[in-house]
Amino acid sequence: MRIMEAENIIEMLHITKEFPGIIANDDITLQLRRGEIHALLGENGAGKSTLMSVLFGLYQPEAGEIRKNGEVVRIKNPNDATALGIGMVHQHFKLVDVFTVLENIILGAETTKLGFLQKKEARKKVEALSEKYGLKVDLDAKVEDITVGMQQRVEILKMLYRDNEILIFDEPTAVLTPQEIDELMATMKEFAKEGKSILFISHKLNEIMAVADRVTVLRKGKYIGTVDTKDTDKQSLSNMMVGRPVQLQVEKEPAKPGEAVLEVEHLCVPSKSHKRDAVHDVSFTARAGEILCIAGIDGNGQSELVYGLTGLEKCSEGKVTLCGHDISHASIHHRGGDMSHIPEDRHKHGLVLDFTLEQNMVLQRFREPRFQNMGFIKQGEVRKYAETLIEQYDVRSGQGPVTIARSMSGGNQQKAIIAREIDREKPLIVAVQPTRGLDVGAIEYIHKQLVAERDKGKAVLLVSLELDEVMSLSDRILVMYEGEIVGELDPKTTTVQELGLYMAGAKRMGKDGEGA
Amino acid sequence: MTFLIQQTLIYAVPLMIVALAGVFAERSGIINLALEGIMIFGAFAGVLFVNLTQKAGTFAEAKAAGDWVTLQGFMILAMVVAAVLGALFSLLLSFASVNLKADQTIGGTALNLLAPALVLFFIRIIANQNTLQMAEGDSASWFMIKKSFFGYGRNDEMGFFGSTFIDKTYLATYICIILFVVLSILLYKTRFGLRLRSCGENPQAADSLGINVYKMRYAGTTISGALAGMGGFVYALTTANCASTGDVAGFGFLALAVMIFGNWKPLNIAGSALIFGLFKCIAASYSSIDINGDGIFLLKELGISPHFYRMLPYLITLIVLAFTSKKSRAPKAEGIPYDKGQR
Repeated sequence: MRIMEAENIIEMLHITKEFPGIIANDDITLQLRRGEIHALLGENGAGKSTLMSVLFGLYQPEAGEIRKNGEVVRIKNPNDATALGIGMVHQHFKLVDVFTVLENIILGAETTKLGFLQKKEARKKVEALSEKYGLKVDLDAKVEDITVGMQQRVEILKMLYRDNEILIFDEPTAVLTPQEIDELMATMKEFAKEGKSILFISHKLNEIMAVADRVTVLRKGKYIGTVDTKDTDKQSLSNMMVGRPVQLQVEKEPAKPGEAVLEVEHLCVPSKSHKRDAVHDVSFTARAGEILCIAGIDGNGQSELVYGLTGLEKCSEGKVTLCGHDISHASIHHRGGDMSHIPEDRHKHGLVLDFTLEQNMVLQRFREPRFQNMGFIKQGEVRKYAETLIEQYDVRSGQGPVTIARSMSGGNQQKAIIAREIDREKPLIVAVQPTRGLDVGAIEYIHKQLVAERDKGKAVLLVSLELDEVMSLSDRILVMYEGEIVGELDPKTTTVQELGLYMAGAKRMGKDGEGA
Repeated sequence: MTFLIQQTLIYAVPLMIVALAGVFAERSGIINLALEGIMIFGAFAGVLFVNLTQKAGTFAEAKAAGDWVTLQGFMILAMVVAAVLGALFSLLLSFASVNLKADQTIGGTALNLLAPALVLFFIRIIANQNTLQMAEGDSASWFMIKKSFFGYGRNDEMGFFGSTFIDKTYLATYICIILFVVLSILLYKTRFGLRLRSCGENPQAADSLGINVYKMRYAGTTISGALAGMGGFVYALTTANCASTGDVAGFGFLALAVMIFGNWKPLNIAGSALIFGLFKCIAASYSSIDINGDGIFLLKELGISPHFYRMLPYLITLIVLAFTSKKSRAPKAEGIPYDKGQR
């Protein structure tokens, strides 16, 4: 029976999609069987999202055809896709913040009488679905008020409400806690058991191995191959994805923590949107020669904590001591004297996008005598310095030092920032999500750099949302939940599950570090 | 009280309906700064229609016979003409901001500059002076509802309700209020409204659900243009004796302020329009004799310069916006041209 049903429900044959200057999909073939979970694996920019957008009708391919149940279909827009039973959970949720959950679910597929919305029927149907699959949502809450996990459940319910049988999940786990990821995996398996077919886009190998039946690998817009998960392993998948052997584990010696570099005592940072403090009564110490990691789900005060430390935001209470100096009220410029900062938002705080690469490289240093004379910038020196950094850190760009930062790829922008910040040789490096949005190769590189700086005796304060990164890179983990530090863990003795419990606020330690 | 309420309504209603015009455009994602220009254009269109029809003598008989029902129909027709031309004029904005993806603030400003110039140009050609008026009579004698229509004599009392809301009022005022209610329901209770609002908040989401963002934005701006054009004519009819001068005294901008003060929500807008109407009423009539014990004459007794009272509505706008604009929450995607290719 199972074999009988194993025909292809969707076939994407020889799909080619070009954008100006780049072939995003080059002759890609993907065959999805009924009732299977099919993973689509590839680095950033490999063309996964483009391929799915083609299937969902957001883009028109230049060549190739799509078949459903063997018949050629034309998908010109999302309406066509919905009519064919294709639904998609986008990486960046497509929800209207100020609408209620119910309004978001019915939007575009409303039941009406004379044009008036009939919400009662819709509510019954959604409630039944939510009951059946255990997807708990509060139908009357506004989307802006609910958690990211619930927002994702809303997106899933949107597909179910439209009776879709082919479900596309675009990097669904990036924003979830480990527990939520487990729930999602279980839900996906439940769907597959019912005969729904699932396309699962990811670059996380653990998840793919755990949930998918088959994997199709893309690299730089090209089709590399399709394999059964039971016939492969993580290492070979990652080699297929990157095209060379990749070191998945960060190699590092045990840390040798030295003296305290950064001391934070009872720090409070006010929130911009709420009355409550975004960071409340946080105290910790970062030592030379260790990587201290702040873990937590996005939006639990990590960003504000860094703003408070770097001076981007004023602290309302508490004391920050850096290398023995009280910097609680110091200016950003003054703090920069002993601190490197790899900011969370590289476009907003990291680079002046319309400046050239070399100008960006000396953003904090142009005042130094080396780069200026009587207030005039020494262009030659700047150029030479930029060239050294570009060489040393392998920053790739179109025109070298005079490339406009905006035109560079995200990974190389990030490398430029890292080069600039690390080369300043300050005792403290604050790195906020330094690998966000980067591919495996670049991540591997950045991790090595951070470990090297640690070994040179610098204190590294790492803020990360990626659990794998937290576990493999850090020497000590602080977990933030709702603006407070709720736990201090040792990555060598803790588990991802335990970390997840702290991150979700289900578990916390007392102030003195004792379990409670 | 009667005088105060009537006058306040006369100022508040055009503000209210034009502010709602702004809401329809902005909720669909288009900033309609051109409200002022569209009002000017709509006022001109309505007045010109009245003028030409009078010259053609179409309704002369009805006027002579005192057939006020027909005359009200004539007025409604003029409102429709103003609405249609306002809608057509607003297409310039839609085309620039939806098809050409132009900066909407600049597009709106351009229309605001274009409208008065264009209208004055036409008025000079048509009337050979700076004002286009009715061909004969005044707006009160043609279009105002009077108690005599209902068989009341000159000295008969209609009671408070009758003398406030029926005698010496314009049907246009009530049509606008009804439209305001109907359109607010449209915005919140129907499929069209839900989809329109989603385009102003998250057009990417709307698009992914198969809603045509471009069409919705055209619809929002066109409704906006129609309402603003109509509002302009109603303004001219009720406060300027049905004359068009290429100016609506900044009412379009006041309406924008009312919209922001009202937080893009119809109920709040109605409330704030009434407040602004009251001040505008005081400004316009503080010096009038105390018609029926409203107490407005007290303001005159204070001995403050009359200019101050005329400034008052605009001054209040400034102050109110300075304090409330930070808290108000505009539709998230307004002003951003929607590009299908971008994600």
